[in-house]
Formats: sequence, C-alpha cells, structure tokens
Amino acid sequence: MIEIENVHKRLGDREVLRGLSLNVPKGVNFVLMGPSGTGKSVTLKHVIGIFRPDAGGVRVDGQDVPAMDRDELMNLRKRMGYLFQNGALINWLTVEDNVALPLREHAKLASSEIDERVHQVLKLVGMDHAAKQSPPDISGGMKLRAGLARALVTRPEYVLYDEPNAGLDPIISTQIHELIAEVRDTLSVTGLIVTHSRACATQCGDRIGILEDGRLGLEGSVDEIVASDHPLARAFMGEGAD
Amino acid sequence: MNPLAATTRLVRAQIDNAGFVVRLLLRATLALPRLPRRLRFLLDNAFNAGVRALPVTVIVAAFAGAILAMQTGIELRRFGDTAVLGTITALSMCREMGPFITGVILAATVGSAIAAELGTMKVSDEIDALEVMSIDPVNYLVLPRVVALAVMCPTLTVLSNVVGIYGGSVIAEQNLGVSPDIYWVSAVEALTSSGTLLPKEVYVGLLKSFVFGVTIATVSCAAGLRARGGALGVGLAVQTAVRNSVILIIVLGFVITWFFYFLA
Repeated sequence: MIEIENVHKRLGDREVLRGLSLNVPKGVNFVLMGPSGTGKSVTLKHVIGIFRPDAGGVRVDGQDVPAMDRDELMNLRKRMGYLFQNGALINWLTVEDNVALPLREHAKLASSEIDERVHQVLKLVGMDHAAKQSPPDISGGMKLRAGLARALVTRPEYVLYDEPNAGLDPIISTQIHELIAEVRDTLSVTGLIVTHSRACATQCGDRIGILEDGRLGLEGSVDEIVASDHPLARAFMGEGAD
Repeated sequence: MNPLAATTRLVRAQIDNAGFVVRLLLRATLALPRLPRRLRFLLDNAFNAGVRALPVTVIVAAFAGAILAMQTGIELRRFGDTAVLGTITALSMCREMGPFITGVILAATVGSAIAAELGTMKVSDEIDALEVMSIDPVNYLVLPRVVALAVMCPTLTVLSNVVGIYGGSVIAEQNLGVSPDIYWVSAVEALTSSGTLLPKEVYVGLLKSFVFGVTIATVSCAAGLRARGGALGVGLAVQTAVRNSVILIIVLGFVITWFFYFLA
C-alpha cells in the first residue's frame, strides 16, 4: 500500500504540494488527475524517493521512504516499476537491451533466462518485432510500450505511470490503457497513474483523485467521479473532456 | 536584486558546483572495483575519445612543434646556437605543450560531447530512469568515462609529443638549416639525460595528462548531470564543461610544474 500523508514540497519559489494526502491500496489502479503544474509527476517522484518532502510522510508497505538510506531505496525500487512520459529509454541500447537492463544489473539469472523474460514481456506489450531496433528509430508509442516492458520485466509489485498516453493517437492510447488494466489483473500489480486523460482514467483506473492547489480536491471510485457534479469532476470527466 | 546578495548566491553556487565535482570524483573512485562490469562501455568510450581527438591532436601538435621550433630558432640563430633546438623543442613538448594541447583538445571534443550526452539524458529523464531501476549513474555512466579519459589523455599526449617534435624537426631542417641528425640526437639526449627508465621530463608530462584526463571527464560528467531545462540547459552544460575544464587544465598544469620543478 502506498500512503502519502500531508506532503508539502517547494520547488524553487513555488510550493507545488500543499498538504497532499492519498492512499493507494494493493491491487488497485489509482489515477491522479489535475491541471498541469499541480504536482502530479512530483508526487510520483516522492513515492520512488527521487524527491524528499519538505514536510509530511510517504510510506510504501509501511516503510518510510524519505527516511531510507541509499541501499534501502535501491531495494524499494527493485520492487517498483516506473513508466516515464517519453519512455526514457537509453538511446545507445536497443529496445531489448533497454528492457533487459534492470535484470542484467540486479537479477542473478542466466543469460538465456533473461532473454526469455525480455521477449515474454516485449510480446505482452506488442513490441517483440522491434526488439533489435534503437530508440531513435521507433515512434513515441513504441517507446512508451518499450518503457512499459522495462517497468514490468522485474515483475514489480507497484508500477508508477507518468502520463502513459501523452502524445499518442487514440488507438495506441487505448492499447496502452488495456495493457495497464491487464497488468493489474494478470500480474496483480498496484498502479499509480498520472494523466489528464478521461479515457485513461475510465479504461484502466479503479479510483480517481483530482489535484487542486497542491492537495487532493476530489477522490472517489471511477463511477462516483464520472457521476459527480463537482466542478473538478466536470472539468476532467465531463462531456468534452479529453 | 541586492548586489551583495547576488554575489553571495553566485559564490555559493560555485562552491556547491565544486563540491559536486569532488563528490562525483570520490564516488567514481570508490566504484573502481566494479570497473570490470563496465569493460565494454570503457572500451567504447576510450575508442570514441581516441577517434574524436586524434586528427585534431595530430594537426595541432605538428603545428605547435613547428611554431615552437620556428620562434626559438629565430632567436637561437642570432647567437649561432641552433644545435640545441631539438633539446628545447623536445623538453617544451614533453613538459608542457603536449599535455596542454591534448588536454584542451580533449576538453573541446570529448568533454563537450560527454556534457551534451549526459545533459540530454538528464533533461529527458534517462538519468532518473537509471535511478528508479536502482542503477547508480556514477557507476554506470561516470566511471567508464573517467577511466577512459584517464587512459586516453596520456596515450594521446605521447602521440602529441612525438608529432610535435617531428613538426619542429621539419622547420629546423627546412628553415633554420639544422641537420636532422643533430636535431634528433639533441632531442633524445634531453629526454634521456637522467639515465632513468622513464625520465622526469616524460613522467611529469604524463602525470599531468593523466590528471587532465580525470579532470575533464569528471567536470564534464558533473556539468551534464546538473543540466536543467531542455536544450538550453544542455547548451549551458557544454559551455560550463569546456570552460571549467580549460581553466582547471591551466591551473593544475601550473601546480604540477611548480611541485616537481620547484618544490620536490
């Protein structure tokens, strides 16, 4: 379970998070929405320990993330996957080498086992045909899918998704949303998803939280938020949203 | 803004930057036992550094040696003492010019490329991606680059010395009438006069180039890893890397010369 409690964070002159609190229960895809610059990605970076809060607490399975030393953080991160907005693939490695990277660095597996796992997960995201290609030679959607494969290859308990459909056409977006839902259902992965997209929230989310002024302005199940008359819900989930 | 506050902020930023570079070097040094895992990256980086810098180094070293011989030869000719031209050119190249030329060329070609590469990785979240995969960027990115330049800078310096002395010999023969035999005998005698396996003139120069290589790589990696704000940030990182590397090459070159020729 991910617990964020009354987190404050200032970046430069601006206080981005102003007392954010939210809980993500195990096995649930929690969708975090909100206008640009309200701290959605900053929230993800707190969960994985890239940022430390100025005040407040962040816990994963009861472990206090900001209090962790480097080794403890590394151990926590081995249980997590992170999908960056653009995939954040290493440019000089092929797609399969990118996906194999965390296994080659940490897992004590034979080379053949690593290859097998890599191709299994590439097949899951529909990228097996592009395994030998380099990131500069593939499209944005393919980069995202390769990034998702890399996030999943270590069989993490948690995956943090940062704008998983940013810049993608509706067909590829839908494929990505279905993948995220499939990953939750088949691998029991807990997801924290940052997005602006109504389609993403409804297709792969279980619960939705909407940020306002650096804290959670509204939270509920997908059905509750879709049916809500709250102005925030209308802005992000009403007709014409997306 | 208050000028005092602005100055304080600037000084604080410079101290912070220097601290980051020193910490980075310490972490890379502590990561040395893991170097065998990075052998492929190390060889790639060493090869790239050599290929990028080799043509420029050869051209600049040849002309630097030629200019050195020309300028010195003009004065020596007035005293009829051009026979020591080989000695002067060889000593100047090995002690100062060779390491300095190689260092500056590596800073401009390889250092700038390192800062641009790591800066681009930083602004496109690739460094954060390594962090979240529990891969230490210092171990994965910085260590192979530092070791590659620590090896390649002395290697290129040896080449630079040889080419520079050869460039001087061409001018000595063509313009100053010094026979190649006299030039080369005096050059070799100057470098081997101590009778040791590796004469001081050579090892001090090589030590300098080793220090320059480590400095260029560390400063350039630090600039790249601290890049912020997209393409503009990457451009600034490249500028910072080259500027700081060249300043440190000159300052450290002076300190090493002073230590070995005046203090030790």
